[in-house]
Amino acid sequence: MAENKNNYAVHVRGVSKTFGAGTTAVTALKSVNFDAREGELLMIVGPSGCGKTTLLSTIAGTLQFDAGEIDVFGSALQKMSKSQTTAFRRQNIGFIFQEFHLIPTLSAVENVSVPMLINGASRAAAEKKAHALLAQVGLEGRGHELPTSLSGGQQQRVAIARALVHEPRLIICDEPTSALDKENGARTMELLRQVARAPGRCVVVVTHDNRIFKYADRMTEMEDGRIARVHEIKDGQSPEFIPN
Amino acid sequence: MYHIALKMLLGNRSKYIVLVSGITFSTLLMTQQCAIFCGLMLWTTGSIQNMRAKIWVTDPKVEQVNEVRQLRDTDVGRVRSVEGTAWAVPLFWGLQQAKLADGTFKQIQLVGLESATLVGRPYDVVAGRIEDVRLPNAVVIDELAIIRLSAGRAKPIGLGDTFEINDREARVVGICRTAKSFFGMPYIFTTYDQALQFAPKTRKMLSFILAEPAEGWTAEETARSIERATGLRAYTENDFFWATIRWYFRNTGIPMSFGITILLGFAVGVAVSGQTFYTFVLENLRHLGALKAMGASDGLLARMLILQALTVGFIGYGLGIGLTSLFGSLVLKKGEPPFMLPYQVPLGALAVVLFICIFAALLGIRQIRKLEPAIVFRG
Repeated sequence: MAENKNNYAVHVRGVSKTFGAGTTAVTALKSVNFDAREGELLMIVGPSGCGKTTLLSTIAGTLQFDAGEIDVFGSALQKMSKSQTTAFRRQNIGFIFQEFHLIPTLSAVENVSVPMLINGASRAAAEKKAHALLAQVGLEGRGHELPTSLSGGQQQRVAIARALVHEPRLIICDEPTSALDKENGARTMELLRQVARAPGRCVVVVTHDNRIFKYADRMTEMEDGRIARVHEIKDGQSPEFIPN
Repeated sequence: MYHIALKMLLGNRSKYIVLVSGITFSTLLMTQQCAIFCGLMLWTTGSIQNMRAKIWVTDPKVEQVNEVRQLRDTDVGRVRSVEGTAWAVPLFWGLQQAKLADGTFKQIQLVGLESATLVGRPYDVVAGRIEDVRLPNAVVIDELAIIRLSAGRAKPIGLGDTFEINDREARVVGICRTAKSFFGMPYIFTTYDQALQFAPKTRKMLSFILAEPAEGWTAEETARSIERATGLRAYTENDFFWATIRWYFRNTGIPMSFGITILLGFAVGVAVSGQTFYTFVLENLRHLGALKAMGASDGLLARMLILQALTVGFIGYGLGIGLTSLFGSLVLKKGEPPFMLPYQVPLGALAVVLFICIFAALLGIRQIRKLEPAIVFRG
């Protein structure tokens, strides 16, 4: 991985993305400039269809962009081949999805161990680490259970453990609390804030959920494929000015 | 990751059962029908197996063992005089009618063996002595004959009992086991001279000449030598076996009808297992997308799918072969329908099953290659 000289976890410049072609073409990102810093929890907010998820997909390296530059911890995604991008994601990015995407036939500990297994770790080492992570997210002793026997909040905690097990530097979260009640949403965000505080880490969250805005260090507001505003959030501030 | 792939497969119990059932049924259909076909083809050569002669000399136009075109009696002497022939004996071979105790008739396969040597004698005599066949009107019958010729009797026909062949009394002096004939008629063995008495007179009565190569000669060399010297057709045992099989392939609809059933088995395998596996992949597409987003390469996911497909394939194949073997062990005890499972059949079925599995896996791999990992971010 290249040296990260400027303390940016994610550095996006002039990124555009258009889906389709001709009369059916939809431009989801219009020359987007955007940064996320190490040690912060950054939220991307905005109305549906404004390009939040597309932006998240491009910085996660799961979606190719048409123009611009994206550096993640000093590595330029636009210069990477498809297989290099896959390897980069494998080692450096943890994912938390809106619908958890836990594999229903695997136990919690097996689900958590998947990223380490993808990275080539042994089954024993991966499961040992997975047990430790499950304990950290408050699911000690529940590792053998299938996702279907866990509540929504517990499933999201398993997903968080999965996102952290291989010690990635960038955690990408897509609507992490939309399927959770207030209490579980708060617990999830507390966990993510702790994760973001770890040295050399960054958490980027896309959300509509205004209940969790207070957990952000900064907020990036998107409108119509562009970054409209960036808000610094001070502790205790309730950013009611942000639209749902 | 491979244990994860297996748990993803085995955890989806209903899909897994459908997948394995498809392969099992396909394997069963293919191997069982192949085995019946092979058994049937073996029956067509039952006479060759029973005689165990190294060389069969026939009329030049004879193409297979169940086709008899009489030779002249003097042809035996001509064959004996050919260089490379150790000995040659006449054989009578013909369908005759046996009259049963209740007055009904049954067709029998009458075999007349040269009386001095009894070459072509049945090799498994279960009652009586084959040598007694030289006694006047004596015959040795096979076990099928006991079933077929016992009608109208208080107890099954046995040693010392008599019946009529073309209005001539035949006395049973022995019972033997034989390879079954294609036409399902019982074998009745007697001497060549007595066979000529049992059979209605025709101008020529000699069916085949059985010969043995001289020391230092192979059967092929002697057969070619006989053909050159006499103008007759001389088959080695192996050549006659395959010539008979080929004849049935060319001249009957048997291979076609079995072939269709075997193709049906293949189609069931491809359709049921291929489609179910493809559906299984489609259902797991979002999970596979999540794995891809987390950094699983297309190669890793492809290997996981191949492992899943092969696991289903080998389990289904094993069950299918097991069921075919069970079927075989049951029918072989009964004697019919015909059944023979040469090692080529399970090997061929394995190749077909592997093809089905790889085909099914390739359908899934194609989906994975097209899959954008960003799919996991879409609601």
